[in-house]
Amino acid sequence: MTPWLPALLVAVAFTAALVSPLVAADEVVVYSARHYGQEPAFEAFTNQTGIAVKVLTGDAGPLFERLKAEGGRSPADVLLTVDAGNLWNAARAGLLSPVTSTTLAGNVPAHLRDPENKWFGLTVRARTIMYSTKKVAPAELSTYEALGDPKWKGRLCLRSSGYIYNQSLVATLIKRHGEPRTEAILKGWVANDPKLIQGDTKILEAIAAGQCDVGIANSYYLARLLAKDPNVPVGIFWANQQIHGTHVNVSGAGVTAHARNRASAIRFLEFLSSVEAQQMFATQSMEFPVNPKAEAHPIVRSWGSFRQDDINVASAGEFQAAATRLSDRVGYR
Amino acid sequence: MGAGSLLLGTGLAWLVSAYRFPGSSLFAWALVLPLALPAYVMGFVLLGFFEFSAWLPDVRGWWGVTLTMTLVYYPYVFVLARAAFQEQASSLMEAARSLGRSRPRAFLAVALPLARPAIVAGAALAMMEALADLGTVSLFGHRTLTETVYRTWAGMFDRIAATQLASLLLVGAFALLVIERATRGARHFLNRPRGGRQLVNVTLEGGSAVAATAACAAVLALGFVLPVAQLVVWAWSRGLAAGMAQTFTTLLIDTAWLAGGAAIVITLVGLALAYARRLDRSRLTQLATEFSAMGYAVPGAVIAVGTLGPLAFADRALASALRTIGVGDVLLTGSVAGILFAYLVRFLAVALQGLDAALVRIPRSMDEAAQSLGVAGRRLLGRVHLPMLRGSLGATMLLLWVETMKELPATLLLRPIGLKTLAIEIWERTSESLWEEAALPALALVLVGLIPLLVVTRLTRRTSG
Repeated sequence: MTPWLPALLVAVAFTAALVSPLVAADEVVVYSARHYGQEPAFEAFTNQTGIAVKVLTGDAGPLFERLKAEGGRSPADVLLTVDAGNLWNAARAGLLSPVTSTTLAGNVPAHLRDPENKWFGLTVRARTIMYSTKKVAPAELSTYEALGDPKWKGRLCLRSSGYIYNQSLVATLIKRHGEPRTEAILKGWVANDPKLIQGDTKILEAIAAGQCDVGIANSYYLARLLAKDPNVPVGIFWANQQIHGTHVNVSGAGVTAHARNRASAIRFLEFLSSVEAQQMFATQSMEFPVNPKAEAHPIVRSWGSFRQDDINVASAGEFQAAATRLSDRVGYR
Repeated sequence: MGAGSLLLGTGLAWLVSAYRFPGSSLFAWALVLPLALPAYVMGFVLLGFFEFSAWLPDVRGWWGVTLTMTLVYYPYVFVLARAAFQEQASSLMEAARSLGRSRPRAFLAVALPLARPAIVAGAALAMMEALADLGTVSLFGHRTLTETVYRTWAGMFDRIAATQLASLLLVGAFALLVIERATRGARHFLNRPRGGRQLVNVTLEGGSAVAATAACAAVLALGFVLPVAQLVVWAWSRGLAAGMAQTFTTLLIDTAWLAGGAAIVITLVGLALAYARRLDRSRLTQLATEFSAMGYAVPGAVIAVGTLGPLAFADRALASALRTIGVGDVLLTGSVAGILFAYLVRFLAVALQGLDAALVRIPRSMDEAAQSLGVAGRRLLGRVHLPMLRGSLGATMLLLWVETMKELPATLLLRPIGLKTLAIEIWERTSESLWEEAALPALALVLVGLIPLLVVTRLTRRTSG
């Protein structure tokens, strides 16, 4: 079919124009599964060092697959993602390389980074109990476990168990309490017929609207809601203060296994853990800074200090599969 | 959901092509508009709208998902069915009427069976699309096979188990296609000869006219006007300009050309395959083309990850090839070529279904007549078939443009660093629950989707009128 030959050539030329050239430059390429509030810190880094930062956003799982597929030819230098479980999985899949940095070790508390130094927490979020200030007195609340008490039947709002932050919460509970006890906790929640709502913000709005009285959500979502409307009738309660402390999670980053600009990537991470950058994170996203020397947003500070569960956040990854299986078993969707 | 889209799509298509009532010419094209709204946008708008109303049953129930999906996917049936009704000769309907059939019965006996390939194709598309729809279902907190696939993979990082589950999805998709082929059987659908008159529109009066207008208006309101109004309100509350103008132009342009390029490439491949089906009736060709369309029922996320493997393989092969001829290193992974490949896998069904259905309606006698006049081979396609297919080609490209523009998971994963589309911008906002901030890009996406919609509706109207 000779008439098709020119068309074929055009197609080839067309394709050639569409592939991505691979060139190294003094820049840091970040694969990011975190999409909010980091831009000012990135810009500040470029301003100070002259090193450009390029970002590719995506969901954690697919991004990992892309990194794997690209292998040694990947343009990525840094992998940034929310959730310690994700970071743990990335490290286990061989996507990250260990970094020895006294700066990072000094800025990031030990329980918020990888014991093997392949990733470092950059921001902290507490996943804890939220309640209606109109219908619930804080004295009625105590632990995650106590949300399985029959008095909360029909009053509880949860996100589905497939949601990564819930997986990590359940995984940490397994690490703390063991599987049988965690199973009992989840059974208690399920017995209370929780309303499943997708989106932490939506859970808070449902509590505000009176659709449910208690729920579990990440701290910064409430802070953002309060920033818009200080009169939202939702309060935050620090769970498990009498025992291990409230469950916290991180967003964090590591240098990729095949980074082309490894030195710049390390410098980038060190900068992100500095007080200056941490302050920007805290103001923008209303999370807790990981660096104890930086200050949280005023709204977040107004909640007072609390005891964090100081278990290493890596356990969220170790027990992730167990958490998923357990949730399926007890019928927590 | 499938039944809903089928009824809604066919019913409305018949209403606007066979009757005349207040607003009918407006509805003829306006009812396509919900197509410009991605399901994930429709989902979050409807949720936001109904979520906290006490007088409705919980919108997160099955009816919420079903309603959303029906509203988003019925236009597939509507577009194809309307085109089919328009291509029908009125003489057939008149013959049926002169034999004493009432209009509704003539519709059931003549018009409906004639349009069936198009209607079934549309419904199959709608159902495959729904099968693959992960975002909407999970937005409403339901568990489907698709969601389980994703969860197994994303939650347990168990790719093997997820692959096994995904193949179940493929079986479901294949079953849909087999059913469609089986019901069509070996019948051939003959079209009017060129020059046959169009359907004559019957003017509705009184109560039935009001009812027809109300029915169309209600669907249009729920499926398009309300969601868009909600988006406008949200966008307004965030301050419309807000310094986004500049990044916005880039977003718009990138979105439009990426989707436009994809629409052309996929339509060409689809045409080639549909043509192959016509020329070569062997089992192998039929089966192979059938298989090539199955990607449509696979969630975009699965396609995206699935194409990574072949792309990486091609990359390694390419790298060694390029090294030998001393050209610089390139990557297919994370290139536009990679995205187009994924789009092709995912959306080939849209082109194949539409064009195949259109080709089937061109009688073979026409080929033979052309051949006897010495028009054969490539010229047969160019001089006989393409002019007759113009409407369907336009409609196919329209569907593809809008589809690829809304596509999220594959674009997200396979794009080059720095390329961003409106869908990605929306996703970045909604994944952080910043609904109001997502409203502006969502609105822009709807608007860009409207342009091809309007162009093609005018195009098809001209060729058929």
